[in-house]
Amino acid sequence: MSEKRQRLIEALSGSLPSANLLWQKEDTAPYECDGLAAYRTLPLAVALPENEAQVQAVLKVCNEFGVPVVPRGAGTGLSGGAMPMQEGIVLSTAKMNQILNIDPLSRRAILQPGVRNLAISDAAAPYGLYYAPDPSSQIACSIGGNVAENSGGVHCLKYGLTVNNVIQVRAVLMDGDVVEFGTEALDAPGLDLLAVMIGSEGMLAVVTEVTVRLVPRPPVARVIMASFDDMTKAGNAVADVIAAGLIPAGLEMMDKAATRAVEEFVHAGYDLDAEAILLCESDGTEEEVTEEIERMSAVLRESGAIRIQVSQSEAERMVFWSGRKNAFPAAGRISPDYYCMDGTIPKKAIATLLNQIKEMEDRYGLRCMNVFHAGDGNMHPLILFDGSDEDQWHRAETFGNEILEACVALGGTITGEHGVGIEKINTMCVQFDEKERDAFFGVKAAFDPAKLLNPDKAIPTLHRCAEYGRMHVHRGQLPHPDLPRF
Amino acid sequence: MADLTNEFVTQIKEAVAQKRPLIIEGSGSKRWYGNVVAGHRTLSTAGHTGILDYDPAELVLTARAGTTIAELEKGLADRGQMLPFEPPRYSSESTLGGVIAAGLSGPARPYAGGVRDFVLGLHIVDGKGDVLKFGGQVMKNVAGYDVSRLMTGSLGVLGLITQVSLKVLPVSLAQSTLCFALSEAAAIHQVNAWSAKPLPITGSVWHQGVLNVRLAGARAAVASAEQQLGGTKLAPEVAAKLWLDLQDQTHAFFGSASAMVGQRSLWRLSLPAIAPAIDAALIPGAQDQLIEWGGAQRWLWSDASPEAIRQLARSLGGHAVLFNNQHAVGDVFDKLPPPLLAIHQRLKNTFDPHGIFNPGRLCQGL
Ligand SMILES: Cc1cc2nc3c(=O)[nH]c(=O)nc-3n(C[C@H](O)[C@H](O)[C@H](O)COP(=O)(O)OP(=O)(O)OC[C@H]3O[C@@H](n4cnc5c(N)ncnc54)[C@H](O)[C@@H]3O)c2cc1C
Repeated sequence: MSEKRQRLIEALSGSLPSANLLWQKEDTAPYECDGLAAYRTLPLAVALPENEAQVQAVLKVCNEFGVPVVPRGAGTGLSGGAMPMQEGIVLSTAKMNQILNIDPLSRRAILQPGVRNLAISDAAAPYGLYYAPDPSSQIACSIGGNVAENSGGVHCLKYGLTVNNVIQVRAVLMDGDVVEFGTEALDAPGLDLLAVMIGSEGMLAVVTEVTVRLVPRPPVARVIMASFDDMTKAGNAVADVIAAGLIPAGLEMMDKAATRAVEEFVHAGYDLDAEAILLCESDGTEEEVTEEIERMSAVLRESGAIRIQVSQSEAERMVFWSGRKNAFPAAGRISPDYYCMDGTIPKKAIATLLNQIKEMEDRYGLRCMNVFHAGDGNMHPLILFDGSDEDQWHRAETFGNEILEACVALGGTITGEHGVGIEKINTMCVQFDEKERDAFFGVKAAFDPAKLLNPDKAIPTLHRCAEYGRMHVHRGQLPHPDLPRF
Repeated sequence: MADLTNEFVTQIKEAVAQKRPLIIEGSGSKRWYGNVVAGHRTLSTAGHTGILDYDPAELVLTARAGTTIAELEKGLADRGQMLPFEPPRYSSESTLGGVIAAGLSGPARPYAGGVRDFVLGLHIVDGKGDVLKFGGQVMKNVAGYDVSRLMTGSLGVLGLITQVSLKVLPVSLAQSTLCFALSEAAAIHQVNAWSAKPLPITGSVWHQGVLNVRLAGARAAVASAEQQLGGTKLAPEVAAKLWLDLQDQTHAFFGSASAMVGQRSLWRLSLPAIAPAIDAALIPGAQDQLIEWGGAQRWLWSDASPEAIRQLARSLGGHAVLFNNQHAVGDVFDKLPPPLLAIHQRLKNTFDPHGIFNPGRLCQGL
C-alpha cells in the first residue's frame, strides 16, 4: 500500500466507525461497478457514513488529500455514474436509509439518501399516498440516486420525473459545507439550484436528505393492451392518443422481439403475432377511468389497432404489465448480455428510429429489442450481445453510439433518464458544442471548485471529443474528414 | 416573425467592450419586479418573435423569447391546449422570455406545477456574446446539467433568453368552482386534507372568510368531486373571472387603493402549505391576507419591517418576497446563506463574466 493511501485510510478511520470503512480488495470488489458492468475499477477505499456529520468528515479529509470522491446509492445506475476511480474513494449511502418523516397532511416525506424508491411508497401507503416516479429498478434504487439521475418511470408522462416531485435537497459540498437547495415551500430565493442538483450525477454535492412530494393513490387503474400489425401504425397511434387530448397514466410500447422474449418469461398471453404492442393506462376515479378508457380505445382503434384488450381486474392489469416490467430480465434470459440505450426523440420520429435500428441490426450483426416509454418518446433499445466475445462488445458499443447519434439527428437527446456517466460521455460531443460544454464545466466548478466530486464523468473534455471525432473518421461517417474538428 | 439573435450578439459585445451593463426587457410588464436596476441601457427582445414549432401531439411548443404570451395562448387554445402553469400576464404584451425569466406561476402552481416544471429547453446569448443551447424539445432529457431550469426565474442575470421550448397540456374537459365560508386556519387545513385525496383540485384561494376551490379534469371526475366536497357552486362566468383575476393579479386585493396607502408594501410569503395562520398582532396587515396555493402562497399588504416579515417566513420554513417594490428600498428577496451565495457568484462569473446583464436585480452583487 502506498504511503499516501496509508495516510488517507488513517485519516478516514478517524471520521468513521471502523466497520464503515473498507479498503481490502475482497471488501471493495462489490463496488467496482454499477449497473453498467462492462466498466470496472477498484477504488482506494469505500466509506459508508451513517449520518451527515460523517459525510462532512469524509469529504473534508478527501478535500485535504486532493482525493476524488464517487458517491454511490444502490449501484443500479446504467451509465457508469457510480463507477469508482482508481485514485479515489467511493462514498456509499447504504447506511443512510432512514425515512425521517412522513406528513400525510402536507403530503411530504423527508428521507435519507439511501432510502429505496419503493420503500417511500410502501411507507406512504397507509395514508393513501405514494411517491409517483417509479423507475423499473424501484425495489433497489435509492432516492439519492434518483435525484442524481432525474430518474423517471412508466408513470412519468402524467406525474412527472424526479425533478417535478422533489421539493428540497440537503447536501454537503466537497469542502464540507452543508447547503439546502429549495425550501419547504414551492420556491426559494435566488437561482433554481435545486433543479441543477437534480440530474447532476453526483458531480456537484453529496445529497444527504431529500424531501419529496407524495400524491394520492388513484382508486382505480385500468390498462389497455393494443396490438398492431405494423410498427409505423403503432408509432402514430402514440401521437394520436396525445393529440386527442388524453394524458395516459402510462403509454408504453414493445416491439415483436421484445414481446416474444418476455412472453417466454412471464406467460402473460401477449399477442405474439403483433408487430408492436401498446400498453395504455388510465387512472383516477371509477367514473373518470371508464370515460377515459372508452376514449382511448376509440382512438387506438381509429389508429389501426387490430386487437384491444382492457384489464378487467387488478390481477389482470398486473399480468398485462408483467411483461413490460420484466423486459430487462427477459433480455438477460435470451442473451448472455444486453446493452440498454436511453435516447429520447419527438414522438413523431418513433417509427423512423425503429426502422433505422432494424437496418443497424443487420449491419452490426446483433439483435436489438425495443421496450420503451412511448408517451414521452424515451426509447430503450436493448442490444443483445455476448460479453465474452470482445468483438461483439465492441460492435454493441458502436451500435449503441450510432443509435444515440440518430436520436440527436431526429431532434432528440442521448439520454432521457439514465444519465451520461462514463458511458455516453463521447456522444455528449455530438449533442453539445465546445462552448456549451465549457458552460457545463463552469457549473461544475461553481459547486465543486476543486473538481474532486465524481470528476471526469458526464462532460467530455475538448481532447476527448477530438479523439471521438477521429474515431468517426475511421468509420468514414463524418461529412468532411479532412477538416479539423475543433 | 423576425430572428434578431445576431443583433443581440452585437449589442452584447458592444456592451462588454464599453463596460456598460444592459437591462433586458420584453414588454416591460414586470419592470417593477426584483431589485431596482437603474441607469443602464435597455436591450429589448420585443421584436424577436414567432412560434417556431408546435405540434399538439408532441405536447411541445417552441417560440422566440419576444413572442407574446397572448399569441402563444391563442395558438394553443386553437388546438385545445394551454400553458398549465398559468403565468400572470400583467399586460397583453407580456412576452415568453419575461415569463420564463421572472418564473412566476398562477393558481395551478401546486397542482399542475410551476414555470420550471414545463421548461424543456432554451437558447441563450451569454455575457460573452456566445449563443448556447440547453435542454431540447423532448419531454425527458438528462444530458448535461439542467441549465434551462437554472435560467428559469433567474431574472435575466445570467444571460439573454432568446428561444424557449415548453411542455404544454390539453385543456380540461370540465371545470367547476366551489365556495365555502371558513376561517383562515380551517380553510388551510381543509384544502390540504382534500389535496391528500384523489380529487381533481387545480386551484384554491382564501380571502375574507371565503374559500374557493377549483376543480378541473374529466367530466365524471369533476361531477363526483362536486358531490363529495359540497359547498356552493359559483356561476361559470363568475368563477372564470375569479381565477383570471388571481392569475393576472387584477383581483381587487392587489390593487386596492386603501391597501397601498402610506408605507405599506405588497409581500408574497412562500411557505409550507400547512404553516400556521399568521398572527396579525405580530405582522400588521396579516388580518387581510389573500391565500393561494393551498396555503403555500400568502399575500399581504404590510408596513411591518422587512426583517420581521422575512424572519417570520424563515421560521415557518419558507421565504418572503417584497413583491411590488414601490418604495424601492433594500432587497426584494431573502439574503442567501454564504455557501449558496458563493455558488451564485461563480455561476454569474461563468455565464456573465463581465457583469453585463441586469446587475443586482436578483441579488445584490450578482
Ligand atoms: C433493471 C433496471 C431497470 C431500470 N429502470 C429504470 C427506469 O425505469 N427509469 C430510470 O430512470 N432508471 C432506471 N434504471 C437506472 C437506475 O436504476 C436509476 O438511474 C437509479 O436512479 C439509480 O439509483 P441508485 O441508487 O442505484 O444510484 P447509483 O447507481 O448508485 O448512482 C447513480 C448516480 O447517482 C450518484 N449518487 C448516488 N447517490 C448519491 C448521493 N447521495 N449524492 C450525490 N450523488 C449520488 C452516483 O454518483 C451516480 O452518479 C434501471 C436500472 C436497472 C438496473
